[in-house]
Parts: sequence; structure tokens; C-alpha cells
Amino acid sequence: MEQFVAVKRSKDGQPVRYLVVDDSVFARKNLARMIETFGGQVAGEAGDGMSAITEYQRLKPDIVLMDITMPQMEGIEAAEKIVQQHPEARIVMVSSVGYQENIVAALQRGARHFVQKPVKPEVLYEVIKYVMGEDGTAAHAAGAGS
Amino acid sequence: MELRLTPRARGPKKMKMELIQPFINAADAVLAQGLQSPTSVANLSMEQEAYRRKGVAALIWVTGDIEGRIVIDLDPDTAVRLASRFAGAELPESDELVRETVCELANQVIGNAVTSLNDQGFHFRVHPPVLHTSEHGPKSSEDTEALVICFETCIGNVFLNIALRHACSPNPERAAAVGH
Repeated sequence: MEQFVAVKRSKDGQPVRYLVVDDSVFARKNLARMIETFGGQVAGEAGDGMSAITEYQRLKPDIVLMDITMPQMEGIEAAEKIVQQHPEARIVMVSSVGYQENIVAALQRGARHFVQKPVKPEVLYEVIKYVMGEDGTAAHAAGAGS
Repeated sequence: MELRLTPRARGPKKMKMELIQPFINAADAVLAQGLQSPTSVANLSMEQEAYRRKGVAALIWVTGDIEGRIVIDLDPDTAVRLASRFAGAELPESDELVRETVCELANQVIGNAVTSLNDQGFHFRVHPPVLHTSEHGPKSSEDTEALVICFETCIGNVFLNIALRHACSPNPERAAAVGH
């Protein structure tokens, strides 16, 4: 898999910490592999919206990658609940269902961005940089080249 | 990738090709991207008998303007090869990740197809994929006919089994979109 210029937190130069939420173990592993190539760190994982809320509260990640179609509680509802309690939360929806109403609903309820599956690493990388904004910096790390 | 049903493939109540085409396009795109290799449709037929599982199968229900189910089905060896390609590492047949990968493949194919159909005015809800473990499935009926599409890929054949029906009369806008 392609290696990207590492995106670090501006405030302390540490890797960006991610919470990966998807009911598919395969999808979580796939996203984790991409996060590694971005120089990030998977702080935690969740398989449904309810667990995502609990894990966000516990881990306070820099970014949440959230699927939409999940059992128990869907991603958009979970995103809304997280943002209600933590307005600073950066949530990126990652779903194969990418029609306009879904995207608009996600953004209206607090998500910062939307990426359609199958995820292209270069697309997710640009979205991460955009969502981190001034709180993130892309800097070459030892052993990582673009 | 555009296909037309052959006379043999047409049933008493035809499933509109305009409804099926997005699923074919989505499967083609998702498989080609995941495998980094082009795919082609080897065969397309109407299912007359009860569904019979070929190997590792993931089933997704859709509800809304169009209702029904879609199954993605691969023989066990092909499923292992597909999952290994997608995971970037050799996986044993017993690995849970093999079944997970087939479920996620189904999720992506159906999600992308539904996105395309939504742009045509159809509204759906996609339910999470479930592993289809029984040997047989329900027989297609007059209002829920099943179409089986066989994709030829570099790792083997991937079967897409689609049984959909209109949940309600389409509105004029939708009717225009699908040529009623």
C-alpha cells in the first residue's frame, strides 16, 4: 500500500488518533491499514453506534471514521449524539451508500465529511488533512516517503 | 458494462434492466478496484428454482420503493482468494475474515448500486449484510423473480443473485426514469 507523508497533531507532533467504527471487521482492518500509512494511530474500534459513543467518551480521539449502516444504532445517529456532547468532534462518515440525502443528513447532524466505499487511500488522506485543518500538519517521518 | 436480457432470461414479470444495471456496474467497479484487475460478465440468467448456495454467501435485504434481497456468492476457494487479495495477505479458509470480506463486498456493491438508483428517484433502506448459511433459499416467485449474474474475475467466478420487486406503484418521475 502506498505510503503517505505522515499527518501529525500540530499541538504536540504526536500521531493523529483515530476511532474506527464499522460493523465489518474487514472494513475496520482495511481502514486501520490506511491509517498506518498516514502515520496515524488507531486508538480504538467499535462495531456499532452505541459502542462508538462509549468509546468516543473514553478515548477522545482526534478523528472518528464512522460507517452508516450498522446494527443497533446507525452511524448518523451516533455521530449526532457524539457531536451534541462534544461539538469539537471530527467525524468522517465512511459508507458505501453515498447518495445526496445521506450525505446531507450526515453533515447536518454533525459529520465533517463523507467518503464513499470502496475507500481510496488517497481520497481519505486528503479528507483527513482537510478535517484536521490547522490542528494537523503533514510532515515527513523517518522511513515514510510519499 | 451494459447488458441486455436474452429472451431465455426473461420471466413472466420482467425485472427491469434499468434496475439491475446499477448492481452490475457496482459489482464490476468494486471487484475491479479491489482485485486491481478487470472483470467481465460470463453469464446472466433467470433463476427458476430455489436458490442454492455455492459457497460463502452474503445476503443483503433492501426495503423502500424496491424491495427484495441480493446475494453475493462465491465457492470457498474463490472466497479465500478474494479475501486474501483484499486483505493483502494469504488467509486460511477457516479465517473469519474470509466471510467478513464477502459480507463487506456485498455491502459495497449494494451500497454503490443503491446510490445510483437513488439518483434516479428510488428510495431505499439497505440493511446490514448477513452471512447466508443455509444450503437453500426461497424460490423466486411471480413478483420476486431472481436474476443470477456470474462475474468472471482473475480469482474465479463471483455470483450476484438479485431478487427485487416494486413495493408500490412508481410515480411518474420514477416511471420515466425506468421506462414504464
